Amino acid sequence: MNAIILSALLGVVMMFASVFTENKIAIRNIAIFGLLILLASNLLNIYTPYSFNVDLHNMLRFDSFGLFFNSIAIVSTLLYVILSGSDIVKVGNYPAEYFALIFFVLCGVTILSSYNSLLMLFLGVEIMSIPLYILTGSDKKNLKSNEASLKYFLMGAFSTGIMLMGIALLYGASGNFNLEMIREKTSIAEFGILAPLGLLLIFISLAFKVSAAPFHFWTPDVYDGAPSVFTSFMATIVKTAGFIAFVKLFSLRMADLGPSYAIILPVIIIATLLVGNITAVFQQSVKRMLAYSSIAQAGFMLFALYTSNDLSTEGILLYAAAYSIATIGIFGILIKMKDYTFDGYNGLAKKQPLVAATNTVFLLSLAGIPLTAGFFAKYYMLASALKSNGSALWLVIVAVLFAAVSVYYYFRVIQAMYFKDGDAETTEIDGTFKFVLVVLALLIILIGINPSILLRWYYF
Amino acid sequence: MIPVLLILIPLLSGLVTFFLKDEKAAKSWSLLASVITLAVVFSGLFIYNHNNETTFDTEWLPNLGSRFSLALDGMGKMLTLLTAISFPVVFASTYKNSYKQSGSFYGLMLLTQAGLMGVFLASDALLFYFFWELALIPVYFLCSIWGGEKRIAVTFKFFIYTFIGSLLMLAGILFLYFQTADHSFAIKSLYNLHLSAKSQNTVFWLFFIAFAIKMPIFPLHTWQPDTYEQSPTAVTMILSGVMVKMGIFALIRWLIPIFPEAVANFSTVIIIFSIIGMIYASQIAIQQDDIKRLIAYSSIAHIGLMCAAIFAQNKIGLEGVMIQMFNHGINVIGLWIVADVIEQQLGTRKLSELGGLAQKAPTLAILLVVLSLANIALPLTNSFVGEFLMFIGLFQYNIWAAAIAGVSIILAAVYTLNMIQKIFYGNTVSLTDNAVDAKNNVQWILIVLVVVVIVLGVYPQPLINLTKDTVNTFFVNR
Repeated sequence: MNAIILSALLGVVMMFASVFTENKIAIRNIAIFGLLILLASNLLNIYTPYSFNVDLHNMLRFDSFGLFFNSIAIVSTLLYVILSGSDIVKVGNYPAEYFALIFFVLCGVTILSSYNSLLMLFLGVEIMSIPLYILTGSDKKNLKSNEASLKYFLMGAFSTGIMLMGIALLYGASGNFNLEMIREKTSIAEFGILAPLGLLLIFISLAFKVSAAPFHFWTPDVYDGAPSVFTSFMATIVKTAGFIAFVKLFSLRMADLGPSYAIILPVIIIATLLVGNITAVFQQSVKRMLAYSSIAQAGFMLFALYTSNDLSTEGILLYAAAYSIATIGIFGILIKMKDYTFDGYNGLAKKQPLVAATNTVFLLSLAGIPLTAGFFAKYYMLASALKSNGSALWLVIVAVLFAAVSVYYYFRVIQAMYFKDGDAETTEIDGTFKFVLVVLALLIILIGINPSILLRWYYF
Repeated sequence: MIPVLLILIPLLSGLVTFFLKDEKAAKSWSLLASVITLAVVFSGLFIYNHNNETTFDTEWLPNLGSRFSLALDGMGKMLTLLTAISFPVVFASTYKNSYKQSGSFYGLMLLTQAGLMGVFLASDALLFYFFWELALIPVYFLCSIWGGEKRIAVTFKFFIYTFIGSLLMLAGILFLYFQTADHSFAIKSLYNLHLSAKSQNTVFWLFFIAFAIKMPIFPLHTWQPDTYEQSPTAVTMILSGVMVKMGIFALIRWLIPIFPEAVANFSTVIIIFSIIGMIYASQIAIQQDDIKRLIAYSSIAHIGLMCAAIFAQNKIGLEGVMIQMFNHGINVIGLWIVADVIEQQLGTRKLSELGGLAQKAPTLAILLVVLSLANIALPLTNSFVGEFLMFIGLFQYNIWAAAIAGVSIILAAVYTLNMIQKIFYGNTVSLTDNAVDAKNNVQWILIVLVVVVIVLGVYPQPLINLTKDTVNTFFVNR
């Protein structure tokens, strides 16, 4: 509860911050300070009894899963703001508003991680999405940014419409918004097509949010068109929050309600892996490659839905952290590049050895090489599939083959940085930036050596 | 404690090497580190060889059922010894070569060594997988940064190939993990598995493809000649001398005892592919003009024989494989050293541009002739014992298999002697007019290797003793 209330309040505070100061650095520092407070309040909520207490009529439920994800999301945002804060303020003339919107997104994220009622799911998705539409279009004079924003808004509006329709159908079937009550009261025999159809519609709309194929078409354009700093935020914290909402819906074995998810999900997983990986191979721009790679990574995260067991719950949290940290780092570096194509990275290792080295760690993590967090993230996903069902081996084999494909495009960046000659032009890179990169890389390696460094906090 | 040291010494010294700016310092430091590792291996074999000193076991990932457990035993002893010998030999014999950013070069070399040691020591499947990958990553950078002209594309092919293999293996390991009674990756639990015939037949291939790519076995070998040719010679020595042994080692330790039925089902297919590979690679080796490619293809042929002998599944063949794993490492490193000496001095590796070198470099000629004879497996050289045992093993399996595989011995003689003749005999050409003999460290290392070749050819018993517990358990378990 703490995080929901405070993030909304902090959003308001940030809006007013611009009234009192024009100094961009000061605004950034206020945001960092606000995030620290937010993190502290969330930790208080988890590990101590100090938290807001409001009668919620069981519409939200704060379990360790949701609260722990809040911590991951807040820490990721914190690292993101420290790393790329100076680039956020450069996007346009209203730096304080950008941070305000980021806090509002976080408010939506924290609702999504704790919803227990379909109404709250809807509210969370909307609160998270609407600020993002604005952030996507924040580079007002750039036509691509405008286009992306409009596209995202239209597609997003449709998807929330579909979700609302689904919720209505489920309500019709069960007379209730509460997840557990729906589960209890609804049986297919009694209500025929109503409940499964409703669930399918919610499924489609969430699949849209996490850009699972075939609902991914907005992703490359929006990620490419949005200002890079905000793409970073969208591709990490927002995306993983979508997955958390998804997993929560399925962890109550809602899947029993609907049509045979045992068939639909593998098809979607393979389609997502296929589209993401194969298309990423052909990209010339690193930013666009990252957009497709985020689709490919979503394919792996979908495994958590396919198998609802303890490994997949731990796994999705680990994946969220591993993927967010690595992607924030890669985008942080991308923003500093003057040329976003692969050739733009040529010779970066000579000019900025530290930046190139950390970028390599991030890329290796996304590719899932052992000793990085990304390996265990993928490992948990594959293990959870095999744990619930030994015959899922074929799905696991398909997934690892696509993971091998992903090496192709991640390593192209490494090749450009280390093995090719060129003068990779970057904007100014300061000490703080490098320091945060090193912190991110160390986090990835530490989790890669032993993931319980992260997961022990979940069980604390 | 010994196994931990074997991984930690190269790992930590490797990390330190990255920060050494001075080329000379990097060289001496890494040579020193590798010699210390060698000393530790010896102490593990002869002094501190009690069970509690050669095994190590501690908690690593309790929720995943994986432990950090290492053991220095049987085949592992021999291969860690081979690894530990190879690195100082490689460092010393290429001491004169200079590399840009030499600190990173030697650092990555030592990290490779740490990975290799881990592979040979791990007795936990997940840990094994970790080291399997860790040995690969530094090699990728080594070949891509310091390699020849086409290095980037070639190394990438190599990397993707092996990465696909290891990911398939990971899927297999995970599958086995959930089949074990106690949900554990420990090698003992995997050995106690009783899998259904159907799952054996599937999962077997997940592992086998990974190992077959590494060895490499025809038709998964296409990365190998290119990579050997394009890599800096120091790396090629490690790749062909030690790294291919990862595949054979893994076959014996991680595949055959776990899937007995699948092995019985598919052994004929695999032996046929191995023999095709032997003949095919030998044929291509005869056509080669480039020394490095010639040795690369000859290496495919030798590895094919080892794989066939393993799947023949009899004790004598397996003993042969054990001996030959070590000997092939020694011989092929020796051949690469000579190739490197020639390339460094004359700037070419083409047989057609060389000739008459024996007049100018008699010592080098003598040493290479002995190594080449070992490559053909002539009696009194180390390879003879190994190959002879393997052929007996193959003969017991099937007389035709042995007969056809035997052709490769003749072909080996053709390409090896052809190589010697073209490099060393005939008249000198303009390039070799001013050549000089091998000197100092290179000369001494080659002499040491030749002595090892002959000693092990006459008295191979130490190698048989070293690996006899692996050979014995191998047949007890089944």
